[in-house]
Amino acid sequence: MELAVAHETIARWQFGVTTVYHFLFVPLTISLAAVVAGLETAWVRTGKEKYFHATKFWGKLFLINIAMGVVTGIVQEFQFGMNWSDYSRFVGDVFGAPLAMEALIAFFFESTFIGLWIFGWDKLPKKIHCACIWMVALGTVLSAYFILAANSWMQHPSGYTIDPVTKKAQLTDIGKVLFQDTTLVVVFHTLTAAFLTGAAFMVGIASFHLWKAKRRPETADGRKTAAMRTSLRFGLVLAVVAGLGTAISGDTLAKVMFEQQPMKMASAEALWDTQSPAPFSIFAIGNVNAGHNSVELEIPGILSFLAKSDFSSPVPGINDTAAAEAARYGGQPGDYIPNIFVTYWGFRLMIGFGMTSFVAGLIGLWTTRRKRFLAPAYRTAEDEVPRLMLTPTREMGPFLTRWSWRIGILTMGFPLIANSFGWIFTEMGRQPWAVFGLMTTADAVSPNVSVTTQVIAFSTFTALYAILAVIEVKLLVKYAKAGIDLTDRPPAKDPTLRGPSSDEDADKPLAFAY
Amino acid sequence: MQLHDIWFVLIAVLWIGYFFLEGFDFGIGVLTKLLARDRAERRVLINTIGPVWDGNEVWLLTAGGATFAAFPDWYATLFSGFYLPLLMILVCLIVRGVAFEYRHKRTEDRWQRNWEHAIFWTSLLPAFLWGVAFANIVHGVAIDRQKNYVGSFWGLLNPYALLGGLVTLTLFTFHGAVFAALKTVGDIRTRARAAALRLGLLTAVLALAFLTWTQAHSGTGWSLAALVIAVLALAGALVANQLAREGWAFILSGLTIVAAVAMLFLALFPNVMPSTLDPAFSLTVTNAASSPYTLKLMTIVAAVFTPLVLLYQGWTYWVFRKRIGVQHIPSAEV
Repeated sequence: MELAVAHETIARWQFGVTTVYHFLFVPLTISLAAVVAGLETAWVRTGKEKYFHATKFWGKLFLINIAMGVVTGIVQEFQFGMNWSDYSRFVGDVFGAPLAMEALIAFFFESTFIGLWIFGWDKLPKKIHCACIWMVALGTVLSAYFILAANSWMQHPSGYTIDPVTKKAQLTDIGKVLFQDTTLVVVFHTLTAAFLTGAAFMVGIASFHLWKAKRRPETADGRKTAAMRTSLRFGLVLAVVAGLGTAISGDTLAKVMFEQQPMKMASAEALWDTQSPAPFSIFAIGNVNAGHNSVELEIPGILSFLAKSDFSSPVPGINDTAAAEAARYGGQPGDYIPNIFVTYWGFRLMIGFGMTSFVAGLIGLWTTRRKRFLAPAYRTAEDEVPRLMLTPTREMGPFLTRWSWRIGILTMGFPLIANSFGWIFTEMGRQPWAVFGLMTTADAVSPNVSVTTQVIAFSTFTALYAILAVIEVKLLVKYAKAGIDLTDRPPAKDPTLRGPSSDEDADKPLAFAY
Repeated sequence: MQLHDIWFVLIAVLWIGYFFLEGFDFGIGVLTKLLARDRAERRVLINTIGPVWDGNEVWLLTAGGATFAAFPDWYATLFSGFYLPLLMILVCLIVRGVAFEYRHKRTEDRWQRNWEHAIFWTSLLPAFLWGVAFANIVHGVAIDRQKNYVGSFWGLLNPYALLGGLVTLTLFTFHGAVFAALKTVGDIRTRARAAALRLGLLTAVLALAFLTWTQAHSGTGWSLAALVIAVLALAGALVANQLAREGWAFILSGLTIVAAVAMLFLALFPNVMPSTLDPAFSLTVTNAASSPYTLKLMTIVAAVFTPLVLLYQGWTYWVFRKRIGVQHIPSAEV
C-alpha cells in the first residue's frame, strides 16, 4: 500500500514539475509569435526601420524561448504512456484523438514554418517571410486549442461512452470534445492569459531600456528608443486588452466550473459549508480535519454573484459536496476533498499576480498616452523617452517616475507566476480524479513501472530542467539587456524565391546560420 | 483491409518518415565529429539541417500521438515498458534541440565546444536506441496478461536488439554522409562521399546480418521482399555515391531506410507487440486498437492533413535547396 502511494506521488510530482515548467515557455511562445508577426507586418507595410529593429529584437527573445518550449513539449507527448499507462489505456480512444491532431495539424505547422522564418531572411520575399511567422503563430494557437480540448475532457468528460465489455472510454462525438463549453472557455482564458504574459514581458524589457535611456541620455540612441517606445506601447495595449479578456473569461470559467466541478470552486474559496448568499473569502486559515476555517475575512454575497450572477444564490460547500460525491462514487467524504491550502492560495495568487499586471498596464497606458492628450510643452518625439503624465499638464515627480518604470520592470514575470498557480489550482482542485467522475489519479498510474525507475526519471528531468533553466535565463538576460542591434539590416533588395541570379551572390554568407 | 489495418500502415508510414528524415539529422550530428575538421566545417554540417531538423522531429511526435489515438494499448505498453531507453532518448532530444538553437548564441569557445559535444552524443545515442527499441518490438518481449511489460531494463539489451541498434546507428550515419555530400560544396563534399563509402560498407554487413536474423525469426514472404529491396537499395546507393550521383545516392539510401523499416513492420504484422510469455498475451492490431469511430475520424484527419504536411515540408527543402560551404558561414555573431 505504501509503495502504491509512493508510485502515485512520484508520478504526480513528475507530471507537475515537467508540465508547469513546460508551461513557462508556452504562453510566451504563443504571445511573442503573434507580437513578432504583428511587428513584422508593420515593417512590411510601412517600411519603417523601428518596426524592423523591434521585429528582430523580440524575434531573438522569442527564439530563445520557443527552443525550450519545443523540447520540453516532447516529454509531454510520451509521459502519459510512461507514467500513466492505465490512464492511457482507459482514455486513449478519446484523449488520443486531440493529441494526434495537435501533432499532425499544429506541431508540423509550427516547426516547419519556424525553420523557414529563422533561416529565410535572405531566401524569401519579405511578404512570404512575414506570412511564415503568422503560420507559426497560428500553429501555436491551434496547438493550445487541441491540448486544452484534451484537458477539458479530463475536467468534464463529454461525447463518450463506457464500453460495456472493456470498461474503457470510447469516443462517440468529437464535436463534444472539441467544442464543449469547458473547452471554449478554457481556450479563451488560457490564450488571453498567454497574451497578458507576453505583454508584461514586453513592457518590462522595454521599460528597462527606456528608463536607462532616460537616466543616461548621452548613451541613448534615438533609433533604439523609437523601437523600444513602440514596443512599450504595443505591450501596454496588449496588457490591457488581454488582461480584461483574462478577467472576463476567468469569471465565465468559474461559472462553468461551479456547475461542472462544484468541489473545485468550493475549495478555491475554502467554503466549507453551503451558504446562501455565499461570501467571497479574502483571507482564511482552514482546518481540514475539523472541516471549517479557524480564521477568515469575507465580503458577503460576492461568491454567489461569481457563481450564479446574483447576490443570494446558495453555493454548495466542501462538506456537502464531498458527502454527495461519496454517496455517488463510494468511499468516505474525506476521499473527495482536494488539498484546500493549495487550491485556496493557488486561486488567490493566480488572480493577484495576473490582475497586478493588468492594472500596471492600465496605469502605463494612461501615463504614456498619445501626445494629442498632452499640453504641447510635455509632448515628446517618437524617438524620445515618453514623460509619465498624470494630467495633460502634470508629470509624475521623480520618485513616482522612478518607481513607475521600476514596477514595469519588476512585474515582468508576474503573469508567469499567475499561470503556474492557475494550472496548479485547476489540476489539484480536480483531485482525487484524473478524469472527473470516471478515473481516479491513483488508478491512472503505470502498474509495472518500479519506484526506482520513477525516481531515476523524476530526478533526471528535475536536474536537467534546472540546468537548462539557468542557461536559458542567462541567455535571455544577455539578449534582453543587449537591446536592439543596429547592425542588423534588412536585406538590401527583396529576395526572390528563384534565388540569386548572379555568380557574385552565390558565395554570399547566409543571413542567418547556426 | 479494415480500419485498424489501415492504421497499422499509417503508423508504419509515420515511423518510416521519421527515420528517413531524422535519420540524416542524426547522421549529420554524428558526422560533426567524424567528418568535420574544424568549427567552420562543423557549422556547415549543422546548417545543412538547420532549417529542417525541427520539422523532421515532429514525425516522431505524430507517430507517438497517432499511436495513442489509434492503438492506446500499444502506446501504453510500449512507453511504460521501454521506460528507461525512452527516457534516455527524450533527454537526448531535449538537449539536442537546445544545443542547435543555443550553440551560436555566445561566442566563447568553451560554450560552443560543449554544445558541439552535446550535438554529437545526443545524435548518436537516439540513433542507436531506436534500433534497440524496434528490434525488441519485432522480436517480442515479456508482456503479461494485463498487457504490461514485466521484463527488466537489461532484458531489452539482448544481442539481437544491440545488433539492431548498431544497424540504425550506422545506417543513419551513412544516410547523413550521403545527405552531407548532397548539400555541401567544397572539400567537405568530397570527404563526405569517401565517408559514405566506408559507412555504407559497414552498414551493409551489419544490416544484412540483422535483417536476415529478423527474417529467420519472424519473417514472411512480404518481409523477404522488403529485405531484398533494402539490400538492393543500399548497394545502389553505394554505386551512385561512387559515381558522384549524389541525388540518386540520397534517394537510394533513403529507400534503404524505408524498406528496412517497412520490413520490420511487415514482420511484426498482425501483432503490434508480441509477447514472449504467451502468444495469447500479444498485442495485435485488433486487441490494441481504438473504436471504429475514432479510427474513422483519425483516418479523415490524416487523409486531409498528411498530404498538406508533405507539401509544405517539401517546399521548405526546395527553399533551402542551395548547397552550402565554409564560404557561406557568417563569422561569429553577437
